[in-house]
Amino acid sequence: MANITINGDTKAIDAPGDTSLLWAVRDLAGLTGTKYGCGVGLCGACTVHVDGRPERSCLLSLDDVAGKQVTTIEGLSEDGSHPVQVAWRDQNVPQCGFCQAGQIMQAAGFLEENPKPTDGEIKEAMEGNICRCGCYQRITAAVRQASTGS
Amino acid sequence: MYHLAEKFARSAAVEDGGLAIHNVSRRGFLKTSSAAFALAAFSGTAAQAFTPYKTGGDDMPNGLKYDPNIFVSIGSDGTVTIVAHRSEMGQGSRTSLPMVLADEMGADWAKVKIVQAEGDEPKYGNQNTDGSRSMRHHIQSMRQMGASVRHMLQQAAAKKWGVDASAVNVGVHEVTSGSNKVGFGELAEDAMALPVPRFEELAFKDEKDFRYIGAGKISITDLHDITTGKAVYGADIMLPGMKVAVIARPPAVGENPGKVDDKAALAVAGVESVHTLAGSVMPAGFAPVGGVAVVAAHTAAAIKGRDALTIEWTKGPHSDYDSEAFTNEMRATAAQPGKVVRKEGDWEAARAGAAKTFEREYSQAHMVHATMEPLVAVADVKADGAEIWAPVQSPYQARQDVAKALGLDEKDVRVNVTLLGGGFGRKSKGDFVTEAALLSKEVGAPVKVQWTREDDIRHAFNHTTSVERIEAALDDKGKVTGMRYNSVAPSILSTFAPDSGYQFPIEAGMGHVDLPFEVPNLSIENGKAMAHTRIGWFRAVSNIPRAWAVQSFAAELADELGKDQKDMLLELIGSDRKLDPAKQGFPDKFWDYGEVYDEYPIDTMRLKNVINLAAEKAGWGKSMPKGEGLGIAAHRSFVTYVASVVHVKVDDDGTIRVPEVHMAVDCGFAANPERIRSQMEGAAVMGMTAALHSGITYKAGAVEQANFDTYEMVRASNFPEIVHTHIVEHPFSVHAAGVGEPGVPPIPPAIANALFNATGQRMRDMPIGDTV
Ligand code: FES
Ligand code: FES
Repeated sequence: MANITINGDTKAIDAPGDTSLLWAVRDLAGLTGTKYGCGVGLCGACTVHVDGRPERSCLLSLDDVAGKQVTTIEGLSEDGSHPVQVAWRDQNVPQCGFCQAGQIMQAAGFLEENPKPTDGEIKEAMEGNICRCGCYQRITAAVRQASTGS
Repeated sequence: MYHLAEKFARSAAVEDGGLAIHNVSRRGFLKTSSAAFALAAFSGTAAQAFTPYKTGGDDMPNGLKYDPNIFVSIGSDGTVTIVAHRSEMGQGSRTSLPMVLADEMGADWAKVKIVQAEGDEPKYGNQNTDGSRSMRHHIQSMRQMGASVRHMLQQAAAKKWGVDASAVNVGVHEVTSGSNKVGFGELAEDAMALPVPRFEELAFKDEKDFRYIGAGKISITDLHDITTGKAVYGADIMLPGMKVAVIARPPAVGENPGKVDDKAALAVAGVESVHTLAGSVMPAGFAPVGGVAVVAAHTAAAIKGRDALTIEWTKGPHSDYDSEAFTNEMRATAAQPGKVVRKEGDWEAARAGAAKTFEREYSQAHMVHATMEPLVAVADVKADGAEIWAPVQSPYQARQDVAKALGLDEKDVRVNVTLLGGGFGRKSKGDFVTEAALLSKEVGAPVKVQWTREDDIRHAFNHTTSVERIEAALDDKGKVTGMRYNSVAPSILSTFAPDSGYQFPIEAGMGHVDLPFEVPNLSIENGKAMAHTRIGWFRAVSNIPRAWAVQSFAAELADELGKDQKDMLLELIGSDRKLDPAKQGFPDKFWDYGEVYDEYPIDTMRLKNVINLAAEKAGWGKSMPKGEGLGIAAHRSFVTYVASVVHVKVDDDGTIRVPEVHMAVDCGFAANPERIRSQMEGAAVMGMTAALHSGITYKAGAVEQANFDTYEMVRASNFPEIVHTHIVEHPFSVHAAGVGEPGVPPIPPAIANALFNATGQRMRDMPIGDTV
């Protein structure tokens, strides 16, 4: 049994402390917005925030986040009003959408640290998030919009 | 944890308390014979804003349905509910088709709700979402149903107000006549009593009055849910009491678990049981490959348990498959004469009389789809029936497969379609769905089968591997007098029937026998190649290796003759004409994407037009800095024409970059330009991934790649940065075609041609790698 704090709620999770955070969040906490894409840190689909920083939940265990704040896409904003979410909709980014929660969490965490990035910094920050549908042109445009407002 | 809620509201339209229309005329506006077609097309008395035409949709299994009773309902509050019966995997049809219907009926998009159909083709018509067919086959039925509902609303209002129907105007979500005005909701019940009009009674909107169709202003219906994590994919289905299974599958098809040690697996906390699944031998269709399943309380435990299994696999007929050796075999075959599948003129004579011959050989490795959402399905099997939730492209096929595997009647199986986290052809093949059904039956509880990324890459239905060899005969003026094109590749047919080693008409029709070159002597040949792994279709299918070969060859020939690559391509295509399959030696069974050829002929004028358009927009011919180049390629596939001009830039360290792409696309009438652009952008990325990275190789029967470190993807650090999409504008009368696949084939050869122009290095084997 492990206690973790997700989106401000402390939840008791019925699994050993070495259980993958990704699957605990999805299967045991029932928050399915965070996605599985590779399980080994290569795709970014599982990105969540741990104490505000973007992390791959597939590479973390429940023990790793003990006493920390985990934020998933469901907790990024009340109603989808985070500037990154708004930019994503303005730019009509998604195709299938499966990678997008991870992309948004990555972008939101990155912009928190670097609010006015260069194009090069955006590309570098988003490199770990694969989009098989190939929405990169719009993803970078949306990150730019969220950072500059246009 | 019960996420199903209203996303899977049962029997969408009819049980929604909306319009239930009696006396439904089930005839569509077209019958399959051309006589009936002519009648339907020209006997209408109402002014027709479009003339219906025949598509292959009528000939698909279970055809097309034109019954608004099935697809539309109007609630008393005016909410219009439209059924999306095609699967959504990123191409946008879940939005675009209802948008067509909504526009034609006069609905306000803000008041439209979309519900997803379950797999039921007798009810909804064909649902097999594949072949870039959704818009091509369904745009007319969507318009007809929209016009039908508008007509019924008009009739109902006329009756209500005691006026002639011609005095009633159906506006945006409201109906007026003089000072009378009501919303759609108030009329729904009255409209209920009316029969569905016959096609001849319908008046269609004038194209200039479209509000959504062709405008590209509507965002996809799931946009908000996707950006907030609420969208429901197959992976997101959670049922009370559900178990999760992860399966160890045999390295090669036809192998079986021999000795299995599951002690360590069963010792993992959360693991509940281990099950052996029967294997299959090719041709196995979509049957699972078998293996050993670990069933657990949650996914983490199931993966851990699966990894703790020790299995000795028996050997099977494909345990020796070595793709490198196989490519060499295919090269040897390609150099020999193959089975002639199209003959025009006399190639042998042309070669004998040639002043010069020129031959080149191109190859492509296997690829796998690697949808972002790995395969996953949930099944709840009870004694009297089964319910499935899965991201499937062909839900009715999945339903039939599950019924067969469980020995159930099809009517006792329900397949709910979730959003698909990518499809690309992989999710047409329901092996993963059948696995879930078999395990749920065995365990006696709902089961989710979750594939890991490694499973997805190693147990695909592979894109075929191929060697394409082209030879040209030239006269003393450098004019091409003949060509021989031998294509050697294992066939998809090997998945369904004993393997003959030869291609079937569908593969031949994808850029091989339909070669659009005006060359008097052609020998189009197919050399034998047996399949040693499951072969399936991958977005754009055989068009990828064909465009790779033909479009690279055209550029190489230009270089050989000192001509401009674009001019050479246009010269080979020749005059403006529609190819004549009967006169030009096409096979009798020529397959034009399942269409009646005369409705969608191969039109060289349209092909040349997209080439010229892309070239003009890209500034073809401008001088490029050192280490940079433009490359051009064009290909017709799925009856859509696409030309690409790719700008390649090679960094000092040899990294291949694509700063800019111009895509010119002619898909006939463009129903949703916004999604056409997104498909072209995505195709540029997938084409670049295919060209640079996508190589699945086999050693001793097993796939050598496993995850995104060895099967790489184009990423945000190096992708086609600006893709400009130029859509050729057409009226509705130029038949709409799909865009899900046609953007991919021209990209790899355009990259190779650009790379050659940038560096002088010619790449002929895909994948080419990411550096030079
Ligand atoms: S699932 Fe965590 S990085 Fe891919
Ligand atoms: S939108 Fe499909 S993987 Fe990114």
